[in-house]
Amino acid sequence: MNPTLAAVLSVGLLVAALVVVHRPLGSYLARVYSGTTHLRVERLLYRLSGVDGDGEQRWPAYLRSVLAFSAVSVLLLYGLQRVQHWLPLSLGRQNVAPDMSWNTAASFVTNTNWQSYSGEQVMGHLVQMAGLAVQNFVSAAVGLAVAVALIRGLARSRTDRLGNFWVDLTRGSLRVLLPLAFVAAVVLVGFGAVQNFTHGFDAHTVQGATQHIPGGPVASQESIKELGTNGGGFYNANSAHPFENPTSFTNLFEVFLILLIPFSLPYAFGRMVGDRRQGYAVVAAMAVICLGAVVASGVVEAHHPGAAPTAAGASMEGKETRFGVLASSLFSVGTTMTSTGAVDSWHDSYTALGGGVTLFDMHLGEVTPGGVGSGLYGALVLAVLAVFLAGLMVGRTPEYLGKRIGAREMKLVGLYILVMPATVLVFTGIAVVTKMGTSSILNPGPHGLSEILYAYTSAANNNGSAFGGLSANTMFYNVTTGLSVLIGRFVPIVFVLALAGSLAKQQKVPASAGTMPTHTPLFTVLFVGVILIVAGLTFLPALALGPLAEGLA
Amino acid sequence: MTIVRTGWIRQHVAALRILVVLTVILGLGYPVATWAVGQVLFRNHAQGSPVESDGRVVGSRLIGQNFTGAAWFHPRASLAGAKGYAAGGDGADGSGGSNLGPSNPELVKAIRARRAAVARENGVAPTQVPPDAVTASASGLDPDISPEYAAIQVNRVAKARNVPAADVRRLVERYTYGRQLGVLGDPHVNVLELNLAVAKLG
Repeated sequence: MNPTLAAVLSVGLLVAALVVVHRPLGSYLARVYSGTTHLRVERLLYRLSGVDGDGEQRWPAYLRSVLAFSAVSVLLLYGLQRVQHWLPLSLGRQNVAPDMSWNTAASFVTNTNWQSYSGEQVMGHLVQMAGLAVQNFVSAAVGLAVAVALIRGLARSRTDRLGNFWVDLTRGSLRVLLPLAFVAAVVLVGFGAVQNFTHGFDAHTVQGATQHIPGGPVASQESIKELGTNGGGFYNANSAHPFENPTSFTNLFEVFLILLIPFSLPYAFGRMVGDRRQGYAVVAAMAVICLGAVVASGVVEAHHPGAAPTAAGASMEGKETRFGVLASSLFSVGTTMTSTGAVDSWHDSYTALGGGVTLFDMHLGEVTPGGVGSGLYGALVLAVLAVFLAGLMVGRTPEYLGKRIGAREMKLVGLYILVMPATVLVFTGIAVVTKMGTSSILNPGPHGLSEILYAYTSAANNNGSAFGGLSANTMFYNVTTGLSVLIGRFVPIVFVLALAGSLAKQQKVPASAGTMPTHTPLFTVLFVGVILIVAGLTFLPALALGPLAEGLA
Repeated sequence: MTIVRTGWIRQHVAALRILVVLTVILGLGYPVATWAVGQVLFRNHAQGSPVESDGRVVGSRLIGQNFTGAAWFHPRASLAGAKGYAAGGDGADGSGGSNLGPSNPELVKAIRARRAAVARENGVAPTQVPPDAVTASASGLDPDISPEYAAIQVNRVAKARNVPAADVRRLVERYTYGRQLGVLGDPHVNVLELNLAVAKLG
């Protein structure tokens, strides 16, 4: 079969699978976060932890719980790495250096999973499974919790209560992520992913050499790494490693896992606000942009412009044979459109424009469909902006789902939108004018700028993928990307929860003739425009100097 | 409904306690449960798909290993470790690719050199050398090559082993895997399986 047709059909298969599952999973999500009864194991967990599972929190208390949980998570994960040598299953590996431990802890707690380490050389099994993989679960559950709090803010009226963070965290981890991750992990083992607690084994190769084949609890980490849109590889090669992603089926399956919750959550949103069409309008905008990027990336990668891909006859540098060019480019879009950051091929070696697509995907702010939870709350913030702009055009007070969008709400939206670009551009600016920044560059010319821009874009958007040529394990990059991930995660969360609090207080205003409906294709078009324009205006100059300069040279 | 009381210390202690409990469930219980199911259902996979030949473990079906010399099918270029195909463990070796960019002259040079070398050792025109033969894989452990790369190696291997090329070609076909579900990924040939079969030919 012609490779293009095969690729189109595999995208069709992926879309069909998502269409089939988004309703049942979305309904389940809505039920999980709306229910008032606790499971027995949850009640036990609340008792052991000393939290009240029945109280609800105001937005500042909800925020304080998010921050307290994340702060404790950073400290525990930092500590685990610093003492791993003395813990079981360390494989004799040394304690991780302070700057690398800090970077890794910040990165995994923020759902970024930027990695300045090489998994098979630095991390023992215990840190991987009891440290990193646990954060894969709970950082995704935190994202879901914040998204649900914002949905409650829109759905409720005349209340100051947004729910209970500890309950939302626990339900997201145990009722949503754990069962899905378990099933997915077993499927991955079935296709060849490794799952053991050994050091691996030594093989005596056919030609008489010794090859060490590594072991590890890989499948269990791989499934939650994709499902929670985390992306931190067990091994350095991430999802290109045959033990993480053994076949072309697992490749598509992993893209499916990445997109599963982000594309189901809008349905849950629609149900929770009592109008499913609202969810469809949001998911339609996400899908249009995401599919556009899939096509754009596939076309440039297949045409392989550029000196090296032309010399090779295809864009195959840094790609695996079993996936080929097009399945790899699909993965690259899935992972950068969702703040996942897992890679099955090296984005640094993509064609200039193919790499540019992955960069621009992240510049959109990880909302199409974005990370687990974070994608939806980011998208809803932009939906509020879209409503506001439409209101300006026709001169009416904007409303979203019956909530008036006033000065306070717009200030919070504006601040939310500024955080990520400011973080990316300021840190990139510092890096390109200092020796500490530029000495880590691998590739010459505009591509070097792309490497730095990619690093901070990835960090501030909590993506975690890299133009891997950049030597990121330096004090400078460990500290600055560590700061970027924290700013990029928690400062926007402050604004989202404040927005949720202010929306929840309002009485819903009934729709009038002057209300712009937000469930129509017209709104979806406007919404797509807002997403593209906000990112485009902010990042086009930087993109012009990096991937566009290289690709059009 | 009672309202959650929030003291600063109380809040952090609760956070630590809930994190510890979740770590036990998600960080120990979950990987062990996955391991247990893997041991029952897919033991070979869970162990890393070891391949035995004459009672010895010669490698993993999923992890590429290096082959040199005229009598063997050669894998793709690997940048895992100094000599390639270092599958990990401690020290400086591990999985990974070149990360060289599309307009990097160093990469163009490497591709041209590989094209010339592959064409020369297989006695084919440089234009017949397929892309996977001149590029480094992402993992550096790519167990596969394209059917096209296998095809240009058939005559060399057959000649070195003094067996009919048709027999070798038949083995290539046997170890060529098509697209999964008919549409996923690209067709590929598992080099270790092919070479083990070729060794039995003579």
